[in-house]
Amino acid sequence: MTGEPPPTPAAAPVPAPAVRTRKAGGHLTPEVLDQARQLIALYPEPRSALIPLCHLAQGQDGWLCPDAIVEIADLVGLTPAEVRGTASFYDMLHTEPVGTYVVSVCTNIACLLRGAEELLEHAGASLGIGVGGTTTDGTITLEEAECLADCDRAPCVQVNHRYVGAQTPESFDRLVADLRAGARDGEVPRHGTLIRVRRSGGLRVGRDRIAAERAAMAEAKARRAAEAEKGDH
Amino acid sequence: MADPTASTTRVTAAGSPGATAAAGGDDGAAATDGGAASSPPEDVVTFTLDGRTVTAPKGEMLIAAAERAGTFIPRFCYHPRMASVGVCRMCLVEVSGPRGATLQPSCFVEVAEGAEVTTDSPKVKKAQDGVLEFLLVNHPLDCPVCDKGGECPLQDQTLAYGPGESRFVEEKRHFEKPIPISELVLLDRERCIQCSRCTRFAAEVAGEAQIDFAGRGELLEVATFPDHPFTSYFSGNTVQICPVGALTAAPYRFSARPWDLDQVESTCTTCAVGCRVAVQSSANRVTRLLGIDADPVNHGWLCDKGRFAYETVNGDQRLTEPLVRKDGRLVAVSWHEALAAAAAGLKAAAARAGDARRARSVGVLGGARLTNEAAYLWTRLAKGVLGTDSVDAQMADGLPGDLVAGLPRATIDEMVAADTVVVISGDLREELPVLFLRLLGAARAGKVSVIELAPQRSAITPSAAVSLRYRPGDVAAVARALVDDGAPVPDGIDPTALGRARELAGAPRVVVVLGRPTIAEHEGLVADAALTLTAALPGVRFLPALRRGNVHGAIDMGMAPGLLPGRVGLEEGRAWFAEAWGSVPSERGLDARAMLAALAGDDPGKPEALVVLGADPLSDFPDRAMAERALDAAGFLVAVASTPGPVVDRADVVLPAAAAHERAGTTTNVEGRVSRVAQKLVPPGQAWADWMIAVELAAHIGTELAPESVAAAWDEIERVAPAHRGLTHAMLDARGAEDGVVVPLGPGPARRPAPALLDPIAFPGIESVERQGAPPRAGLAEPPAPAPAPATGATPGTGAETEPEGTARPPILALPAGVDAPHVAPTDAYTHRLTVGRRLYDLGDAVSSSPSLARLVEATALRVSPHDLDDLGVGPGDRIRLRTATTSIDVEVDVDPMLPRKVVAADWNVPLGEVTAGVLVDGRHPVVEVRLESIP
Ligand code: SF4
Ligand code: SF4
Ligand code: FES
Ligand code: FES
Repeated sequence: MTGEPPPTPAAAPVPAPAVRTRKAGGHLTPEVLDQARQLIALYPEPRSALIPLCHLAQGQDGWLCPDAIVEIADLVGLTPAEVRGTASFYDMLHTEPVGTYVVSVCTNIACLLRGAEELLEHAGASLGIGVGGTTTDGTITLEEAECLADCDRAPCVQVNHRYVGAQTPESFDRLVADLRAGARDGEVPRHGTLIRVRRSGGLRVGRDRIAAERAAMAEAKARRAAEAEKGDH
Repeated sequence: MADPTASTTRVTAAGSPGATAAAGGDDGAAATDGGAASSPPEDVVTFTLDGRTVTAPKGEMLIAAAERAGTFIPRFCYHPRMASVGVCRMCLVEVSGPRGATLQPSCFVEVAEGAEVTTDSPKVKKAQDGVLEFLLVNHPLDCPVCDKGGECPLQDQTLAYGPGESRFVEEKRHFEKPIPISELVLLDRERCIQCSRCTRFAAEVAGEAQIDFAGRGELLEVATFPDHPFTSYFSGNTVQICPVGALTAAPYRFSARPWDLDQVESTCTTCAVGCRVAVQSSANRVTRLLGIDADPVNHGWLCDKGRFAYETVNGDQRLTEPLVRKDGRLVAVSWHEALAAAAAGLKAAAARAGDARRARSVGVLGGARLTNEAAYLWTRLAKGVLGTDSVDAQMADGLPGDLVAGLPRATIDEMVAADTVVVISGDLREELPVLFLRLLGAARAGKVSVIELAPQRSAITPSAAVSLRYRPGDVAAVARALVDDGAPVPDGIDPTALGRARELAGAPRVVVVLGRPTIAEHEGLVADAALTLTAALPGVRFLPALRRGNVHGAIDMGMAPGLLPGRVGLEEGRAWFAEAWGSVPSERGLDARAMLAALAGDDPGKPEALVVLGADPLSDFPDRAMAERALDAAGFLVAVASTPGPVVDRADVVLPAAAAHERAGTTTNVEGRVSRVAQKLVPPGQAWADWMIAVELAAHIGTELAPESVAAAWDEIERVAPAHRGLTHAMLDARGAEDGVVVPLGPGPARRPAPALLDPIAFPGIESVERQGAPPRAGLAEPPAPAPAPATGATPGTGAETEPEGTARPPILALPAGVDAPHVAPTDAYTHRLTVGRRLYDLGDAVSSSPSLARLVEATALRVSPHDLDDLGVGPGDRIRLRTATTSIDVEVDVDPMLPRKVVAADWNVPLGEVTAGVLVDGRHPVVEVRLESIP
């Protein structure tokens, strides 16, 4: 019997595996990127800017799309899994696509007593979607919310995180019609978020101010360290 | 089902897990003695535990202090090697405080002076019942089809502490199960109890959080990011520490039931870190490897290559019978015939070489795969019997053997306790993965400052204090500039960074991790750098980062030109070994590079025959073309191998060897730590252990090598090898020596802390299996007996025939005074230098014959700095032509902003276009110069 060994496995050509990870960069617009960098500069640790950056990206796209998450992760030195992990904790950050207007109906106690359940049911029926769904034209996403801190005007409704006052089923239908017609554009931003940056029309922090704040911070840190040192002896 | 309460007393008997628990996965502290007894009184607190008075070091977590005192508190999220988070609430105990006794998580509360702690009150019992009932609310209870069944902390602790009944009648949450989160790991989210062990391991220990929790509340799930799988080299550890069956390993799933497995404790020899493992098998096949917590080495972690490369051993691509080439074909023959053929061929080669060339007559290549005992016997066969000194366990991809043998050594614990660690090596995560984990832990905790000297970025770069990027060829010059303010600063080195590095290098405790920053740079240059550092930094110590298996043991056993066993130089040891062995080579032989170059160039000084010991010069030697020509030109080729390959294809005689887990003996790691490797399997077919092959081959040549067992071989090593003096095999076998012993032994009796017994909740799987089979340390019933003290200074009284008399024992080698570092000519403006780094998953045998790992080999591109890419006018993804003095290939390029200008980077032994980087390296030159051209 001959024992000619089987052919060498190492010599066989290796099929080139596909590239597995997406590369970061290029998704955020230059303006958004610039704002992001300014935000990061405000903190001693880049990752502290994570939530504001998520808001920025959501402001750009309406939701936190995977490309944005990868880019944010790269900017703050985290992994995309960590960024998504953090973002998915918060109801106000959307890790799935949403409509132009996110309509949140509060069903917490005050609103519940004032007919929130009925309102939500009506909203679902008239929009033809369930809670969490988005209309086929991509305009409206319906959300059930916990107390939105507007209990005095129950049942409370928000659109893109702007209060639109107590709603009845009838007024709700008018609201939706207005939104579709663009009649509320002055009041409710498209794809808006709650971020301060947006409300004030953008972050306006000069580089020198950032530098000054950082210097002050470093000084304070050194002072504390010196004091701690003294305390030790 | 293992009952954790029963194991309680045993776990705590040795009293050491608590010492590491106090450190909370914190590397630097683990190196120091954490026991209460040695701490000064002000660092000790006294409290009562269930009415007993107990002391513990200040800062220790209650759960660990209680465990040392003999009280096991149930837990899920707590892990002694990671920081506490207190999320599962299983460890609630009553702790007295100003407002009376309250329930507090004992893994998250430090011991406090005067506190009264109760672990077994009705209130605690009720809390445990409640926590377990909650944990089981959403748990699918699919134990009969779950891999963890039988070794599951959730099962075990529910049995021991749980309510026994659930009041939950509602629908449980449902997820698709299981989903692959990488090629190796699958996730069943329904089973997950959100303990965060896996996510903390990924972020805290491995330093790459590719998995994290997503969602909130009831819908919390462990998740990867889409298109970013859990590719960490350490992913298998999460499977091991998951306290339920939520994470399973693809190669092991459904292959066995834990109670059917049998196990031994051994050492991983896939690389030179020497992690301790439990090897578990069933029906003469390895089913899995689990990490054992060896405090000085691996802390329980393994890399995925070490964990899964056992597939090679199980594989069907094994050599099972001796083969001899007859009429151009390899034919299966008896061992006797094969050995006779090998002996005849080697003798004829020696005769052809004649007395004048006897010390170079036969080349012996490889040996890093051998055990220490086998390496010793092969050295004795080559140097003592055949009289050749051309023996080299390395493939010109390491460091000169006499340099390694002479370096003042550090241990891993000393590395993580140093002030500054200078890393002159390839990417440690790719080369010595668990060593990387230890260094990363210390660097991220701010305990050590890392200075990195390498042409390209590595996984330690983000945690390094300073990274000095140099051009291949400049390593010695950079080392000089690092320690000498007056030395010229090589081009491209940033002066500010250099200044900072100089400051750090001036610290009192400096450890250098010394390997090959790039394979495309002559090892002599790195050796030169090492000598510069030793001369300038008093007290500096080294961890030689040679990568392959037992390469350190092979060097210690003399498998390098100019070396004899026990770190002795050929000249210094001549008289001693001549007496022990009968003869030694007359002069220094050739190293691998010189042997292969002489064969390839048909040099008159070439070896007349070649013995290749489980190595593959074609993929391991930097210059592939030269290796190929050399093998083709070998007059007579003997392959000792366990799997087929290009050497076997060309061999005249093939001797089938046992593989890992099929042979017993010892191995030596990067520190010089000698530890036991155990035999778990019977080798397939007629394969023999390497040490037996050496003994039998010597007999066929006409010399009896005395040892007739592995133990006898070790006895001989202990007698003749100066560095191993005093380390008897009884010491190695003693309980307490499981973590290994570093050679040479220091003066005085050996004091080794007893290794920690394993906490079955921290390292599930090992404990439960132990109950059925041979005991590793996990289940020691009583504290390990202290190892017998070595007879220091005294002559070992065995009086065996090989004990030389009347000759002085030679000294252990000192560092060479100088090395012949090759001259590197300056480059012109159009030339780039190539740097070549290693990848963990490469085309080498361990990976390519393990199906689960072979899939992970990635195609690579040539990496170029952004400037150079601009100059060429191409972008990432484009193809360019790469020209060396001897060849030209077209490759895809990628951009690497961390590369210095005029340096291009490739990876070793992985696909680079249609070839591997081996074709680019010219073994005759100290560096590799290339030109980049756009493709017309
Ligand atoms: S998968 Fe396992 S280790 Fe990870 S959080 Fe869930 S139970 Fe814990
Ligand atoms: S680091 Fe090395 S010794 Fe440890 S498991 Fe991996 S291959 Fe084995
Ligand atoms: S309960 Fe609805 S806003 Fe407060
Ligand atoms: S909360 Fe202490 S072990 Fe989980």
